[in-house]
Amino acid sequence: MFQDILITGLVNGGVYALLAIGFSLIFGVARIVNIAHTAFYMLAAYLVYTFLNIAGLPLLLSVVLAVGLVTLLSMVCYKLVIEPVREYESAVLIATIALALIFQETLLLIFGGTFLSSPTLIPGARDIAGVRVSYQQLLTIGVVALVLLGTWYLLARTRLGLAIRATANDLEVANLMGMNVSRVAMYTVAISVALAAIAGVVVAPLFVVDPLMWLAPLVTILAIVVLGGLGSLKGSLIGAFIIAYVEAITVFTVPAGSFLKGAVALSIMIVVLLIRPEGLFGVAFEEER
Amino acid sequence: MLRRMLAAFVAAVAGTALTVTAAQAADPIKIGVVGPMAFVQGENHWRGAELAADEINKAGGVKVGKEQRQIELVKVDTNEILNVPDAANAMERALTQDEVDFVIGGFRTEAVLAMQDVAMDYKKIFLGVGAAHDKLTQRVGEDYGRYKYFFHVAPTKASDLGRTLFAVLGQIAGQIRQDLGKAKPKVAIVAEKAAWVDGIVKAAQANLPKMQMEVVGLWQPSPTATDVTAELSAIRRAGADMIFTVISGPVGIVLGRQMGELQIPAIPFGINVEAQKEGFWQASGGKANYVATLDTYGAGDVHITDQTVDFVAKFKKRYGTIPAYTAATYDAVYLLKETVEKAGTLDADKLVPVLEKTDRVGTGGRLVFDKNHAPTFGPGYLTGLAVQWQDGEKVAFWPNNWNGVTYKGVKAFKIPPHMMAQKKK
Repeated sequence: MFQDILITGLVNGGVYALLAIGFSLIFGVARIVNIAHTAFYMLAAYLVYTFLNIAGLPLLLSVVLAVGLVTLLSMVCYKLVIEPVREYESAVLIATIALALIFQETLLLIFGGTFLSSPTLIPGARDIAGVRVSYQQLLTIGVVALVLLGTWYLLARTRLGLAIRATANDLEVANLMGMNVSRVAMYTVAISVALAAIAGVVVAPLFVVDPLMWLAPLVTILAIVVLGGLGSLKGSLIGAFIIAYVEAITVFTVPAGSFLKGAVALSIMIVVLLIRPEGLFGVAFEEER
Repeated sequence: MLRRMLAAFVAAVAGTALTVTAAQAADPIKIGVVGPMAFVQGENHWRGAELAADEINKAGGVKVGKEQRQIELVKVDTNEILNVPDAANAMERALTQDEVDFVIGGFRTEAVLAMQDVAMDYKKIFLGVGAAHDKLTQRVGEDYGRYKYFFHVAPTKASDLGRTLFAVLGQIAGQIRQDLGKAKPKVAIVAEKAAWVDGIVKAAQANLPKMQMEVVGLWQPSPTATDVTAELSAIRRAGADMIFTVISGPVGIVLGRQMGELQIPAIPFGINVEAQKEGFWQASGGKANYVATLDTYGAGDVHITDQTVDFVAKFKKRYGTIPAYTAATYDAVYLLKETVEKAGTLDADKLVPVLEKTDRVGTGGRLVFDKNHAPTFGPGYLTGLAVQWQDGEKVAFWPNNWNGVTYKGVKAFKIPPHMMAQKKK
């Protein structure tokens, strides 16, 4: 059972990390709680499906187009919907909820409630330490590792990364130092949504694509970022694996309660909020202000 | 002579025109088709009803007393898959604003229970097509005066679905005993967490050991879970030979797909609503080979009654797909037509006793209501069908010599070759 938990937690933790880091990044930099984050993930999954299965485009081109288009759309949405109300955090929250629902209803209108799926990139499976793992899952772990490494490089080793970190550290000082904070926020939205889109195209062949697929991961990543600390990338990474392992342990130790795995993750979030509201690696709210 | 013939012709044409005008002048009979219209279940509710209504209207409509009346269908989107309270509101709107005379359809038990109450408040006949929970018809027995207007048309009620499931499981277990030499096949139960599964799960846990099968565990993922690899790893480790599924949500696709990808050496059989749909093979990425489930119509090549093959062919010709079980609204519309014609009225209180005496052969079997207005189950009545996906084709394999019932067109059930290879190691 130990190996099962180890492998299952690793695979799911990777996907959660991709989503949670993007969500946390945009909050850390621009204080935007983007509820539509997983809706962009869903859009990417639908676009891959459309390009591959309907338009008949090659796989790699479909993936690149899907990630590119969703990232572009996120920038348009930022300019049209988020930027005009950015000063008001609650308005941003409501605007992003509206965006997510618009995406959901549009997809429902176009594709109906039918469940769809994309072909597996690498078919087949193998035993690792006695646990059956599909090649698609292994590919997912590889892509997640590469993307996370790339994100770290972008943030730590480039001028844009420096600007993002500076804005995240102190938005007002960054503004006073002459940085175009609004543009940095837009680029950060693009990077964060690109991470969600990559998660979408990677898991599309693993999961079922449907107009409600954005809801379940949204709840999970909210639990993760609160656990890790809102705005903390390190916290989100560690939080993603903690939640994934808690879910795996729930399924393996209480099989008849495997539907509770989401509830267990949320319970952890509530406990963390009560004991340490800033999360494991977050900045205390008072200090932040 | 010519003048007389011409006069007779003119008189005949005028007479026909007058009759047609009279038929058109009479108010149409309004039937509300309730279901989640953005989803396959609601789509099939509508299509089944539309097919029947068009056929009836084309043949002259429904004879109510001396009047010949057309059927007008009203599409009532209940949105019950996404939001249960929407269903009761939709029913209220259909009865008060659209002023429908009858209601047919419903899918999700929680929503149908709420809609049932609204329909009973207005004393309207509600023919249930889609939800299976016993509670729906138990209410008729418990409070006949209030719930007598509800009739459960299809599928068979949940406890009868359970009986069908055990009969099929017994057949599959027999095949495993024979092919793998295992006296006591192991069964893992995978049931989504929902109200309708509880009775079936309890019955399985109690009955399977008596049927010389060992239950190795119960796994209950969410109906909308997107990943069940953890559950499948645990099931594989438990050495299950069969996975007894009790699933109506999209997790049924995930299970089929991931079982195929991971080559889990077990046979999935039970209720898997998604696997009943024609799009299942595509939705599972072509990975769900050998997944088996209860079904209503199969792929249209099984003669359940004389009407089945013809109905499926008509449906496929018009809509390009085979009907799902909620398309039994086709039978419900015909049942209403025949009942209204017998009673000669639309008065619900006068129609109830006529409906209670129903004995008609439809597309899915012979419909006779019991005292609680549930369809009678068993040989000679409704039995259901079991199908298995074999290389992209939905193949019916049961009933095959079950209590003397074999439907023409059923084929052999197959144990996955990779399972045979792994289990024989």
